[in-house]
Amino acid sequence: MDGIADLRDRYLNEIGGAADEATLENVRLAALGKKGEVSLLMRSLGKMSPEERKTAGPELNALKNTLNDAITEAKDRLAAAALDARLATEWADVTLGARPSRQGSVHPISQVTEEVTTIFADLGFSVAEGPQIETDFYNFDALNISPEHPARQEMDTFYMARAEGSNAAPNVLRTHTSPVQIRHLEAHGTPCRVIAPGRVYRSDYDQTHTPMFHQIEGLAIDRDINMANLKWVLEEFFSAFFGTSVKTRFRSSYFPFTEPSAEVDIQCEWVDGQVRVGQGDDWLEVLGSGMVHPKVLKAAGVDPNEWQGFAFGMGIDRIAMLKYGIPDLRAFFDSDLRWLRHYGFGALDVPTLRGGV
Amino acid sequence: MKFTLGWLKEHLDTTADLETITDALTDLGMEVEGVTDPSEALAPFTVGHVLEAEQHPDADRLRVCRVATADGEKQIICGAPNARAGIKVVIASPGDYIPGIDTTIKVGKIRGIESFGMMLSEREMELSDEHDGIIELDPSAEVGQKYLDLFPSDPVIEIAITPNRPDALGVAGIARDLAARGLGKVITPEIEPVKGNEPCPKPVYLAPDVATEACPLFTGRLIRNVKNGPSPQWLQDRLKAIGLRPISALVDITNYLTYDRARPLHVFDADKVHGSITVRLARPGEKLTALDEKDYTFDGSETLVCDDNGPEGIGGIMGGLASSCTDETTNVFVEAAWFDPTRTARTGRRLRINSDARYRFERGIDPAFTQQGMELATKMILDLCGGEPSDIFVAGDVPDHSRSYSLRPARVSELVGMDVARDEQTRILTALGFGVTGAGDTLDVTVPGWRPDVQGEADLVEEVSRVVSLSQLESQPMKRPAGVAGQVQTPMQKREFAARRQIAALGYNECVTYSFIDQASAALFGGGKDNMRLENPISSEMSHMRPALLPGLLQAAARNQARGYSDLALFEVGYAFHGGEPGEQHLLASGLLTGHTGPRDPHGARRPVDLYDAKADVEAVLSRLGAPAKLMTRRDAREWWHPGRHAMLCLGPKNVLAIFGEIHPRVLNAMDVKGPAVGFTVFLDSIPFPRQSGATRQALNLHDLQPVERDFAFVLDAQVEAEDVLKAVRGADKKLIADASVFDVFSGERAEAQMGTGKKSLAVSIRLQPVSATLTDAEIGDISKKVVSAVEKSTGGVLRQ
Repeated sequence: MDGIADLRDRYLNEIGGAADEATLENVRLAALGKKGEVSLLMRSLGKMSPEERKTAGPELNALKNTLNDAITEAKDRLAAAALDARLATEWADVTLGARPSRQGSVHPISQVTEEVTTIFADLGFSVAEGPQIETDFYNFDALNISPEHPARQEMDTFYMARAEGSNAAPNVLRTHTSPVQIRHLEAHGTPCRVIAPGRVYRSDYDQTHTPMFHQIEGLAIDRDINMANLKWVLEEFFSAFFGTSVKTRFRSSYFPFTEPSAEVDIQCEWVDGQVRVGQGDDWLEVLGSGMVHPKVLKAAGVDPNEWQGFAFGMGIDRIAMLKYGIPDLRAFFDSDLRWLRHYGFGALDVPTLRGGV
Repeated sequence: MKFTLGWLKEHLDTTADLETITDALTDLGMEVEGVTDPSEALAPFTVGHVLEAEQHPDADRLRVCRVATADGEKQIICGAPNARAGIKVVIASPGDYIPGIDTTIKVGKIRGIESFGMMLSEREMELSDEHDGIIELDPSAEVGQKYLDLFPSDPVIEIAITPNRPDALGVAGIARDLAARGLGKVITPEIEPVKGNEPCPKPVYLAPDVATEACPLFTGRLIRNVKNGPSPQWLQDRLKAIGLRPISALVDITNYLTYDRARPLHVFDADKVHGSITVRLARPGEKLTALDEKDYTFDGSETLVCDDNGPEGIGGIMGGLASSCTDETTNVFVEAAWFDPTRTARTGRRLRINSDARYRFERGIDPAFTQQGMELATKMILDLCGGEPSDIFVAGDVPDHSRSYSLRPARVSELVGMDVARDEQTRILTALGFGVTGAGDTLDVTVPGWRPDVQGEADLVEEVSRVVSLSQLESQPMKRPAGVAGQVQTPMQKREFAARRQIAALGYNECVTYSFIDQASAALFGGGKDNMRLENPISSEMSHMRPALLPGLLQAAARNQARGYSDLALFEVGYAFHGGEPGEQHLLASGLLTGHTGPRDPHGARRPVDLYDAKADVEAVLSRLGAPAKLMTRRDAREWWHPGRHAMLCLGPKNVLAIFGEIHPRVLNAMDVKGPAVGFTVFLDSIPFPRQSGATRQALNLHDLQPVERDFAFVLDAQVEAEDVLKAVRGADKKLIADASVFDVFSGERAEAQMGTGKKSLAVSIRLQPVSATLTDAEIGDISKKVVSAVEKSTGGVLRQ
């Protein structure tokens, strides 16, 4: 059947020559459509004798498959060419700025508070809180600071106004986080290990003082906790916090609510006006601490003959300045957008011990 | 507290150098705040001899001097009136730094004539304020000799004294501590009593209202025929070195003993004290002009030293002007008394007098040293001013503050973690003046009169560890909980941290603003009342506790706008206050958006912020904190919100969880913030914690059948709320309608033109989720009809044709 060979050659030619998908479709319909030439031949198979059908059937099927394959191949080729042609016209200036999205930030005080909390959590300290407006009992008397005690005068306390004619002692804005010691012991008793971060207030405003700042209080009470334990806890803390081994130096000092009392210095070095913690021969005062005074334990309802322990108070703002090289305390509270962006932390920068705070 | 090294060495025989001494002071708890050693600054200066001094041809006040110096003869121009031939002077050469004028001098021409150096005044050398002329040295000074060789300098040490150490407010007490540390031997001279020539002619009477407590002891002594005048140079130098102004010998002696022995004294001009001395409480309204030449009025609580005419001194604080000593004084009455610390502190604070005497009495001085102080003062007065003393009149008795405590030497190790041998503990306490006896496991320790702070065993432990040095403390690991560290934050603390991170993640910058703000700003937010007023604010900008976080954020926005930043997203998480009592504070998270969504961009994404930005953020925060998804909306929040453009999200009618919306334009105007400004506040305390405590989630039910979406447009009255329409839609078939949302609003003039005055159109999309079989067109048609009639019934809306 020479006719079939001719048909194949003709349609393969037409398929190969189709310039677009519409022409190709016309060719397909002409060959393989319902009334297409090949389809009609296939339908004529029924009228053939079995002998004729034996040879013509496979030949026609082969023709149909060949044409189908050729059409599919041509379709893919044309589609690829059309895509290439479209892409050739599509170009964007990728150096244009992106659609803007806001970048939020977390304040260094919040970040450092979380860092400190994370480290102390590992040492078994939970987080306690207390009110920022305090009675003079919790802020002073319970902490062994009697009304005329010079230490009370040195505190630069803010007092809340009392109504005219009221004889009650005015409340104060807490001058330290130490009242939380009393409130926590009253509520939860002993033994205990807590830290208490928060705002504190003193009437002082100059280069290095703001009338509000942040402290973190530490308190650990048990039967046999001593000052050497305090030194260990602080050295562990500072080393984790600064990410380098930090030595501390204890110096005798005085706080009415601890006995013995010590100022604690950390090892540091000054390089080009910047402080480097954990190296060098200089010392930098960072916190006050001591063994909780027996009178304070008594005021909190704890028997000082059975229980003892340490307390410390540290400036959050100050250790944030040290760790992150932030120069001016006053700027912490100014909310200058440029400062917030520069010294702030990403929303997802949650401090973890496994990642190193 | 200031003193000089030389002064210290009169009490302490030591070979330690300055640095060893200052290190030890800091370590002992007397933190060295500064050491001023003038020798460095004075080192270059030498002695010169003015050979000739002639009038400068072109300047009346200047003289051209020929001066013999260490480097030979020099020509020096000098403007001092006393520059003249023959005097010995102090010379600075070109290249030397002159501290008093903060200049390094060089060869220069003064009015046309060259000058090769400078002759110095005391002020130029920072020795004093004296600048009337150049220093004239003793004629015996040799040309070229170093000034420092003539006048060896004495370093001044300034230390901070903690309130518990009144004894260290005298040089002798400081020496005692250093000696206990092992830095030398105390050599404070013994005090020899001075015999009186006559009985004291001025008796002292302690009124009953002071005799038991306020002033239990008062000693007095008359000294006749003294000669007052400037005190000797050594005394003046010493006082000047610690920043005191020499006045006269009698006054200088009292100041000297205040600093030398922490023993304040007072010297009256006896001829101005009328009759006898009475110490009593003030009578309300009594007045006195004190030595500081200020008038004080008393309220009756003060201890006064009086004569027959009335008050002559405020006990323990300051003497009166009328009876004070002058250069003409010839007969003096010396007072050494003991005043109660508490009353002294209260009086000093009430009258706002800060004197060296008050500073010491209110910290508590050694009562046993009262009469010795008197003997010491007498001796100095006799030595420097002459005179004939009377006997001492002693009114009252030395108050008995004696007490003793048991010290278990093992406590040092138990409390501090430092091992100190029992003998060493005894040695230290003894060196500090404590009496130590006893054997076995405890020591009996009596406390000396100069240590009012020592009140128990813990204080004794501190004394031992302090003197041994806490710098030798070695850290000891503290027992820590076994196993994995547990949760340490309360649910509320976790919530606070979560809110902060969430809001930052939404693109806001966290601020920490002051807890106190000005009254006007507080009043705009419902605060500013007296119950939240500070009695002693540091400024009027910080006078009231903040009633909300938004005013602080708005102030921050105004500051940033003034700096040229107007597209702001600021937030704060913290406490606001609703009263002046402890606990009257509540935890808030507030955000503020101003200006545009971002900077200008080429994509047209920029638009002014509006309340739906705030709504998106507040919903994200509430969702993060686990607040219930379905909240009631109320529109009647307080007056700082835009009345028509805000909402409160509530759980029930009373419990407001959050508010969002536009800030009232009046508030923006008052706070100088350029709008638009929208914000939100989340009341972190008000959100209930989920009841379920476990971690298990509810099972997830998914349907395999394809959901179907259908859209509707309803014509409604303009003030019908979308939420009411959606509620009706959802209620039309609760089983099949899985979701309904508004995707278009057509309102305003053009809408009214089409649909009638006061109308708008809402386009709503519903999503039908078949559960058991695919929905037929007829079923979908039925649901659509139900939706339309439900909307019509509840809102009056009709399907838009």
